[in-house]
Amino acid sequence: MNVFNTLRNIVENRASLILIGAMILVLPLLMTSSFQMRLAIVVWVYAMAVIGLNLLMGFAGQVSLGHAGFFGIGAYSVALGPSQLGLSPALSLPAGVAFCGILALVLGRPILRLKGHYLAVATLGLGMLVFMVLSNEVELTGGPDGMQVPRMAILGWKVKGTDTWYWITGIALIIGVWLALNLINSPTGLALRAIRDSEVAASVLGVDIAKYKVIVFSISACFASAAGGLLALYNGHVTPGLSDFLISVQMVTMVVLGGMGSIAGSLVGAALIIILPQFLTSLHEYEHAFLGLIMILTMIFMRSGIVPSIGNAIKRGRHDSNS
Amino acid sequence: MPLSEFLQFLISGLTVGFIYGAVALGFTVIYNASHVVNFAQGEFVMLGGMFTVFGISLGLPYLAAAILAIALTALIGVALYEFAIRPARGAPVFALIIITIGASILIRGLAQVGFGTSFFSLPSLAGDTPIKIGGAVAQPQSFVVVIGTLVMVGLLALLMRRTMIGKALIAASTDLIAARLVGINVRMIVALSFAISAVLAAVAGILITPISLVSYDIGVLLALKAFAAVMLGGIGKPAGALIGGILVGVGEAMTAGYLSSDYKDAAAFVIILVVLFFFPSGLLGSEHHERV
Repeated sequence: MNVFNTLRNIVENRASLILIGAMILVLPLLMTSSFQMRLAIVVWVYAMAVIGLNLLMGFAGQVSLGHAGFFGIGAYSVALGPSQLGLSPALSLPAGVAFCGILALVLGRPILRLKGHYLAVATLGLGMLVFMVLSNEVELTGGPDGMQVPRMAILGWKVKGTDTWYWITGIALIIGVWLALNLINSPTGLALRAIRDSEVAASVLGVDIAKYKVIVFSISACFASAAGGLLALYNGHVTPGLSDFLISVQMVTMVVLGGMGSIAGSLVGAALIIILPQFLTSLHEYEHAFLGLIMILTMIFMRSGIVPSIGNAIKRGRHDSNS
Repeated sequence: MPLSEFLQFLISGLTVGFIYGAVALGFTVIYNASHVVNFAQGEFVMLGGMFTVFGISLGLPYLAAAILAIALTALIGVALYEFAIRPARGAPVFALIIITIGASILIRGLAQVGFGTSFFSLPSLAGDTPIKIGGAVAQPQSFVVVIGTLVMVGLLALLMRRTMIGKALIAASTDLIAARLVGINVRMIVALSFAISAVLAAVAGILITPISLVSYDIGVLLALKAFAAVMLGGIGKPAGALIGGILVGVGEAMTAGYLSSDYKDAAAFVIILVVLFFFPSGLLGSEHHERV
């Protein structure tokens, strides 16, 4: 990746903030049913978690097969905060995010020393452990049946209704995109890209590899946890299924399908994986088989991701017309 | 009494540990030939058990059903390589991981539709009279599992050391390009490695079904635990895979016996996290030096 590519990325990513914002604004005018609205909410929430994971995968070059663990912790924090600590749901969300961020800082140091398959199995184990704790601590979490999440109230105003949640999650996504873009364009972002391209070269240049990996791991955990918390508040209940291994794998697929290192791609990837199965409701029993098939086909034919592929095609077209 | 209790846990741990070891060995065979970690390995175990159950229900004798099940599973293993892995040659590690996870979800999804969601069993090969060992009780099938796995490992070792095919497999895992240069059909060899590991897993599935039953979704945890076992031993080491599998199985049984049966499944992941903390390349893994 050279300087021009980096500059192009920055321009593209600025444009993606405006584009995503405009889309969130315009979409309600086009949607005809509250079902579509609800689907959009789920897409915004997942997109947020996927952006976080993309920071880790696309910018720092590290894989996590356990991100649903943080998603689940975020979700359970808005359920447990009110019932165990007496926190309001609105406060439990940031509390859960902070908890995940710190947890990731602590665990990240030993885990991110690992590489390749070892990193994959360690993150996977982490996610599995979260899932098992959520499933087994029945007295605290309600076990496999999950538990209710109290309705969020801000200054006495009860937050409810699909429309309201559309805007809350939409705005949260925009904030997430903005934060991610700022991170990418900061010195930290440059250090992360240096690590992705070559850890040795980066360390020779004086980048503290361990420190930056842990920082981005923690940030991406915060994104996942915030997304999980929002989803739980919107749904009104949580189950251990939110931290299932399958969700972790889905998130990784969303990152790659949309495009590693592309923030807009994270949204595209999340949208496709969530919306595509909706067209197959008649083949409901084949839903899982279909997801598996999408994952295989994505990795074979769409490995460089939809958004970067389209970007390259446009660039090539421009180049052809110039010559 | 405590000793017989311990012995009891040890027996059940060893039984399941040998199964994990067989699955982990399958991981290793594929990894060595192609540097792919095959997460669908657990599904092969399920298919081995399932196909046998359904073969018998169609009126086939036990042995015929088992052989047919092993052959079908091997075929699916080769298909996995030809249609999902080979087209993605040269892809980065995470992409191959996702492909095999996708394949496992695909196989599981189809199995759910084809076989339903109930549990099935097979008759024990050694009868049902429990065997008493020093105050503990072992199911005869446990011995079948241990002996069966050891026979498979022995056969695999013979295949690797004594036949041209085995030598070609070792050559391909040492250096793909050099193997190709000396005229080895690498594509066939890698496909063969998928078949071998599918056979290992299918046999393991048939052996364990009388003890732990089979349903469409047993593969997920099996594959993840065997993956942990592989990492525990150090990736690419056949002996490490077997030892890792046994350690995970025994650790799991001890956790269930002495700590909490709810967290039985967590044992493998706690063990792997602790081990990786001290040995980032597994117990038997050699330190990897990267050339810059």
